Amino acid sequence: MLAGLQGLALATLGGRLYYLTVVNGEKYRLRADSNRTSMTLIVPERGEFTDRNGVKIAINQPDLTVFMVPEQAGDISATLTKLARILRLDQRGLRKVRRQIQQQRKFLPVTVAQGLDWNTFSRVNVEMPDLPGVITDAGLSRYYPHGRNFAHIVGYLASPSEDEVARNRIYRLPGFKVGRQGLERQLEDELRGTAGTRRVEVNAVGREIRELPPRQDAARGHDVQLTIDLRLQEFALEQLKEEAAGAVMVDLETGELLALASAPTFDPNEFTRGISQENYDGLLNDPRKPLLNKCTSGQYPPGSTVKMLVALAALEQGVITPKTEFYCNGKHKLGQNTFHCWKKRGHGKLDLLGGISNSCDVYFYEIAEKLDIDMIADMARRFGLGEFFDLGIGSGGAGLVPDRRWKRDFRQQPWHLGETLNVAIGQGAMLATPLQLAIMTARLATGRKMLPALVKHSVKTRPDSFEQLAVNPLHLRTVRRGMEMVMEARGTAHDFRRKTSAIKQAGKTGTAQVRRITQDQRDAGLLNNSEKPWRTRDHALFVGYAPAENPRVAVSILVQHGGGGASTAAPIGRALLDKALELLPSVESRNGSEALAANNSEPILGAGATSDE
Amino acid sequence: MSNTRIFGSNRVEKGLLQRLVGLNWLIIGIICFLAATGITMLYSVAGGDMEPWASRHAMRFGFALVLMLIIAVTDIRYWMALAYPAWIAGLVLLILVDVIGDVGMGGQRWLDIGFMRIQPSELMKIAVVMALARYYHAMTFVQSRRLPALLMPLILIIVPAALVIRQPDFGTGLTIIAGGVIIMFLAGLPAWLFAVGGVSITAAIPIVWQTMKEYQKNRVLTFLNPESDPLGAGYQIMQSKIALGSGGMTGKGFLDGTQSHLNFLPEMKTDFIFTVLVEEFGLIGALTVLLLYGSVLMYGLLIGIGCRNQFGRLMASGLAMTLFFYILINVGMVMGLMPVVGVPLPLISYGGSAMLTWAIAYGLILSVATHRHVTLAPKGSGLA
Repeated sequence: MLAGLQGLALATLGGRLYYLTVVNGEKYRLRADSNRTSMTLIVPERGEFTDRNGVKIAINQPDLTVFMVPEQAGDISATLTKLARILRLDQRGLRKVRRQIQQQRKFLPVTVAQGLDWNTFSRVNVEMPDLPGVITDAGLSRYYPHGRNFAHIVGYLASPSEDEVARNRIYRLPGFKVGRQGLERQLEDELRGTAGTRRVEVNAVGREIRELPPRQDAARGHDVQLTIDLRLQEFALEQLKEEAAGAVMVDLETGELLALASAPTFDPNEFTRGISQENYDGLLNDPRKPLLNKCTSGQYPPGSTVKMLVALAALEQGVITPKTEFYCNGKHKLGQNTFHCWKKRGHGKLDLLGGISNSCDVYFYEIAEKLDIDMIADMARRFGLGEFFDLGIGSGGAGLVPDRRWKRDFRQQPWHLGETLNVAIGQGAMLATPLQLAIMTARLATGRKMLPALVKHSVKTRPDSFEQLAVNPLHLRTVRRGMEMVMEARGTAHDFRRKTSAIKQAGKTGTAQVRRITQDQRDAGLLNNSEKPWRTRDHALFVGYAPAENPRVAVSILVQHGGGGASTAAPIGRALLDKALELLPSVESRNGSEALAANNSEPILGAGATSDE
Repeated sequence: MSNTRIFGSNRVEKGLLQRLVGLNWLIIGIICFLAATGITMLYSVAGGDMEPWASRHAMRFGFALVLMLIIAVTDIRYWMALAYPAWIAGLVLLILVDVIGDVGMGGQRWLDIGFMRIQPSELMKIAVVMALARYYHAMTFVQSRRLPALLMPLILIIVPAALVIRQPDFGTGLTIIAGGVIIMFLAGLPAWLFAVGGVSITAAIPIVWQTMKEYQKNRVLTFLNPESDPLGAGYQIMQSKIALGSGGMTGKGFLDGTQSHLNFLPEMKTDFIFTVLVEEFGLIGALTVLLLYGSVLMYGLLIGIGCRNQFGRLMASGLAMTLFFYILINVGMVMGLMPVVGVPLPLISYGGSAMLTWAIAYGLILSVATHRHVTLAPKGSGLA
């Protein structure tokens, strides 16, 4: 009987063994493997940014960093105290680390110090055995050598959020940063690259014993080349000074943006390092809104810069001819309302070219009265107003081209003729971004449906594939002539200091009211812009292109509350156009290729000679 | 060597050499093989090195083998005469341990006697079996079934068992009780007694639970649900099961056990050595070892059954079962069938006490085999 008992017991043991080893063997084998091996990710190098000439504007530079994983640190404050002594951290630095430890999940590494020198870094490494949970990393960190110039375009990196950590385990790596703004954010997937993996055998306390094949190397992220020319971008920002302003420059051959400058700007390196609350608050509370990309997201009344489009609509509708003349006495009556010209004394008798070059408001009131708003709106849309141009930076506005339908849908009101008069001088509900104005100018200059591009490799539409605009070339020629006259002796943007030998430019100034001017104010005498509080000053605008014949580049300038377009914006625009022509491959050499010349200038020149007389 | 007159045997006594030759050398060979398995596994646990464990294990086994053979050829009447003194000596040692014993592994178990440390509880397992066999040997079947005759055996079992459990060494305590109960059963006590005993033990569980130390309670609790605390107390069982299971049918190969070599396994060289064996040699290796143990102990039972004197019959069967409990508890423990009670696998696990126990116990079994035809006087040995 006892023998039977023994046999039974042994059979039970054998059966259990069979169950463990054979029936469930696979499961336990996997668990033994996951016990012993640990998958380590190899950090991929993030793609870099260059400008159009290959100048690096976002790079990865070696960075010696010390992290701490709170979960593994045991006595966190004791470890921190020891670390602080080695790293010579002050109380403020310590507080920052402590705060981060509080906020993050415990298994995520916290950056204690970065950008260390070799001496300090080595000292931490030597004392590692006494510093549980501390990780040192000789890795790479993002640096923007020309940070302030590209802050609004390239954006910056930041520590990944909870969501991102959950989505991709690469974000768990110590110090791994993710694109938070601009192209860094929008192109995150391309820039990040693919993490490599290596399997290491670890023992029960987690020490690495050896590396197990196969190792999969990390794939570097894709580099991105911008269409921006660093020299022009830098120059534009210098010209904008500390104003709240934007400047956009378009290459008329390709639609590539040569400059997309928004001022004031900020240093994206501060964000990537982890900006202090004080500095961040400073940026947020600045009335000039440094964080806003004014070129793409800022929407402003375009002012007189739309007058070319109004003229084109009128010419197309046959409402006027270039020779049609109106008399400006400084104001224009419509029913009960009086519409004023910017020149109180009036311009006298003007034809269309005179109307444009003097930017006479009354001339355009007269036209507008004979035009329907929908016709102006239609022309404006053909030139890109009201259209959102996606530059891939994750932000931007579409502006607003008001028409009857918009009024009905959004204000539940019928359209009034008076509003047409306001739109005709770029006021009223009309809004445009500096980018849209630059594209509008590019289309005026080329007669083609130019589209902007910010990233080199994403240029799909080659210059010759931009289709011809559905606008009469003769009318365009007329308007261009008007824009040339703006820059000439009697035009609003004439520069007396300008040398006559300089390359001829074409342009248009604009001064957009921010506040409606009441009759009382008008009677009391208008204040000079510089006498008004900043917030109520007019916006200064300028659009232009050069050379006037055979155009190469187009610009738009906006200076928020900058005062007069002629006095503030036009000089910046002129300087930028000159700078571009000086830096870019010369017009002569490009003429040899006769790419644009054949398409644009010659036929229109021939036709324009007669119409211009 | 003619001692017929002294021993009063009806058979001609064999000489020492004859007795030695007459031992079952196949069984002794199997025992050597098992010990060699132990040396092999300890070699593996040390990462492919005879030091520090395998060589000492080999030396100890050499000593144990000699001891076992000496006991095997020594006259069984000496052992019968030693039954009560051994029990008393064991009891004294247990009390000594309680008073002056070294503190180790969370409880007082060892007694340092200079050249080695002994665990009196291990020796007591054997002494209890011997004393009970001696007690029932002196009785007729009818006498043994009387109620007052129950008192002495219970004292013989419970006093040492209580001292051992107090140490605290719950596993060994249970083995002592189980060994004693087996003898009582073999002695032919009525089945209802065991039923009553079973019920009263069940009733005693809550009281025992009260007296248990925290770590013992934890062991029982985690045995009931090992996954509840994978990094704490359940860690040992979980890792052991992973190691066992990952061995599969044929194992990962000698020296290739990952769980053991990377230190995921606890107590590898002692209580969990069977796990290392299965990880490296798989189900086939494990079943081979179990079958070898089974055949050795089955042989012990057969010796008991075939013995013509009551003392030898009871002692051989009781010791065979005691050794069997060792294996049952140890193997059951590493597979998660029993709580982690800290019982080694004799012959294979590193450690002197279990080896010594095996040598003495199996030596006694072999002695019974040698003297299976000897009739012994009911009141004790022929030496008296």
